[in-house]
Amino acid sequence: MTTRDREVTEAAVGPESPTGQGKTAEPEVLGLGSLLGRGFGGLPVLVLLVLGLSLATDTFLTGTNLDNLGRQVSIYAIIAIGQLLVILTAGIDLSVGSVVGLSGVIAAKAVFDTAGSGSVLLAVLLALLAGAAIGLVNGVLVAILKMPPFIVTLGTLGMARGLTLLYTDGRTIQPLPRSFTSIAGGEFLGIANLIWLTVLIALLVGFGLRRTVWGRYVYAVGSNPESARLTGVPVRSVLLSVYALAGTLAALGGILLASRLGNGVPTAGTGYELQAIAACVIGGASLFGARGSALGALVGALIVGLLNNGGTLLGIDPFWLQVAIGALILVAVGVDQLQGRRRVRRGA
Amino acid sequence: MSDEPVVRLRGVTKTYGPVTALGDVDLDLLPGEVHCLAGENGAGKSTLIKVLTGAVARDRGDYSVAGVPLGPRPSPVETRDAGIGVVYQELSLLPDLSVLDNLTMGRFPRRFFGIVDRAAQRRTALAHLDRVGLADLDLDQPVRALPTATRQLVEIARVLGTRAKLVIFDEPTTALSEREAAALLERVAALRDAGQTVLYVTHRLEEMFEVGDRVTVLRDGRLVATRPIGEYDHDSLIQAMVGRPVQNLYPGERHGIGPPRLEVRGLRIPGFAAPVELTVHRGEIVGLAGLLGAGRSEIVRAVFGADPVHGGQVRVDGTPIPAGSPRAAARHGVALLTEDRKESGLLLELSIEANVSIASLGRVASGPVLRGGRERRHVRQAVEGLRVKYGSFDDPVTSLSGGNQQKVLLARWLATGAKVLLLDEPTKGVDVGAKADIYQAIAEMARDGIAVLVVSSYLPELLGLCDRIVVVRERRIVGELPAAEATEEGILRLTSPATSAADLSAPKASTAPMTPQAPLES
Repeated sequence: MTTRDREVTEAAVGPESPTGQGKTAEPEVLGLGSLLGRGFGGLPVLVLLVLGLSLATDTFLTGTNLDNLGRQVSIYAIIAIGQLLVILTAGIDLSVGSVVGLSGVIAAKAVFDTAGSGSVLLAVLLALLAGAAIGLVNGVLVAILKMPPFIVTLGTLGMARGLTLLYTDGRTIQPLPRSFTSIAGGEFLGIANLIWLTVLIALLVGFGLRRTVWGRYVYAVGSNPESARLTGVPVRSVLLSVYALAGTLAALGGILLASRLGNGVPTAGTGYELQAIAACVIGGASLFGARGSALGALVGALIVGLLNNGGTLLGIDPFWLQVAIGALILVAVGVDQLQGRRRVRRGA
Repeated sequence: MSDEPVVRLRGVTKTYGPVTALGDVDLDLLPGEVHCLAGENGAGKSTLIKVLTGAVARDRGDYSVAGVPLGPRPSPVETRDAGIGVVYQELSLLPDLSVLDNLTMGRFPRRFFGIVDRAAQRRTALAHLDRVGLADLDLDQPVRALPTATRQLVEIARVLGTRAKLVIFDEPTTALSEREAAALLERVAALRDAGQTVLYVTHRLEEMFEVGDRVTVLRDGRLVATRPIGEYDHDSLIQAMVGRPVQNLYPGERHGIGPPRLEVRGLRIPGFAAPVELTVHRGEIVGLAGLLGAGRSEIVRAVFGADPVHGGQVRVDGTPIPAGSPRAAARHGVALLTEDRKESGLLLELSIEANVSIASLGRVASGPVLRGGRERRHVRQAVEGLRVKYGSFDDPVTSLSGGNQQKVLLARWLATGAKVLLLDEPTKGVDVGAKADIYQAIAEMARDGIAVLVVSSYLPELLGLCDRIVVVRERRIVGELPAAEATEEGILRLTSPATSAADLSAPKASTAPMTPQAPLES
């Protein structure tokens, strides 16, 4: 399975990878089995959806729609990639949605108070720092006090949201200066900044997971923390890093959301944690840890985004879409289980 | 012993894809016999048990219990009702429930509306316990609180309580100390004498000779022979299992023991009466003998820093290593092979390669970045000479058999360039062939100058492998013996708490000379 993941990373990321790292490994052949295998993180589903939507509508394959889709999915994808890191260690981070809200208003308030005369960069850094800090709190409680991640992040979910409302008095912060809204609104070489950023983060995290010692340690901790500890893996540092990164990426999502909307909404990001978890699971991650990839999380977020986008284009009732996305999670996990069982039977 | 067999299998076959797990196997289990099942890992023993219990369906062949044929795919409930009971390797009791509930689980005596009849429940439970000699056990304590050996007896009582016509023991002594295992074998013999039919599966040949009446040998899923155990001796039984003559299981005489490599000085381990002093020299293999729970595992874990200690020092080649940190210990060249592969050794979701390289990633990385090709070469080098049977390094580590998984863990530490190797039950659940490979590998590591400390409940292993045996009893080191002069009896006398001081001070002629309380210098 690790192999398959690696093949995926190489096949899909390698060609676009600016450093060409994907080519250092030994050549491996992609068979049909590995294409449909679970390590492939939903890529076949994604391809089918794209093909289907291209054929069923005239509006799907237009520059405007794809741009719009990319911008929508980007923020979810960035948060999902952070979530994936935590899920790989068999943890879960429920606080990311609230961190989106908090970091959004922190950045918004910072640029609003200075009325655009202050440094946007400083506002962004401040918001990122807030996200990292909440992530670190999660990490300390999980790694050092050994509290269950679900409970810890349920607590910080409430706290971060409450702090956001306190900080803004429950009011939306607007209008925000162009210097801030252009972060998400701008584009480079004709492609939205948001999309560039998402691809960059997916590549960086994917590289970190597949090609660094740290990445291997993340999988080891997710597989069995006690085994990992007894082989000299710094389990605590790994957990701290993972939660801090998840918080930071959620904060980045929050900043981009505020920038895109042009205001700081204290309730922004509500429910995003579940979207992020759904994206990871659809993208092949296991909530029991040690299985999943950054590309998978990206693909998972794309699938959810495509369903929403396609549904709108086809005029499907959004309520039914919600049912469909829920069912997709069950199908993804169900197929996974069946394949696992078949594999066990073969191996016995 | 010549009446109608309790269980009869004819031409039973089970295949998994191209692999024949069981091919055309005939088996008759006669009333009141202890029938042993012998074979290496992968010979088909587990599959045979699974067919008997209904955990897997056979492809072909007939299966009848007490003359009554069972359907082609009997469910586990059907086989249980037909009279097949199993005492599992990994105990199937629910640790948080009371002994009482465990004993009657699934068959609660009920009154109206499904209310449990407590009084009847207690009576049944006590009757079951009486059959295994545990009539005075407190029924209300949780199973978790019981020692392993007692838990196992409760498990046996539970199985007997189902009125099993056949009781299958699947590796019942792996988790037991020598003495507890002996007690269990007596219990099995007593059951046989009371007319119970037993199918006994074990890796330990000695146990078969001690308790078995007949033995069925399986090899590669095929029946080799069913014969009275008396027609085999130790070597011919191994030969039947392996299919080729096996020379000495243990590597021969070694030499070249150097200066002290691992020095444990005044290590204060929680629960230990006295600080632990221990020295292992370069190229030396030292065994830690003792009963289960005597503190052997605690010593190696404390040396490795896996558990916190109150004080003292561990030195490797004279350099003190920081206490309480497995990471620091690993960096200073100490390696620990834990007792439980699955719980605290393997990374089950990861590939064979990742499992081998995880402790030595620094050697295959440039800064933080891993180098795929370098890692592959590094891993290949580490498993060399261990005779690991694998398909591809990218396969999940779970695709390997127990013995090969253990070799992967050995390779993991070999790859770190370890100086001190701590092994806790290195051959637990490992078949004969892999055992020989592991012993060979350990001896080779010692020859390369590694200091080895082995914990084992299996005395022949310690005697065959070690230069020196240190005995632990009731959480203190009570003495040591040069392996060349030690005998099983001599070690047992030191390990067992029942032996009084008076007995110890007056060794009988047959026991080996001992040097009690002189653990510092060899």
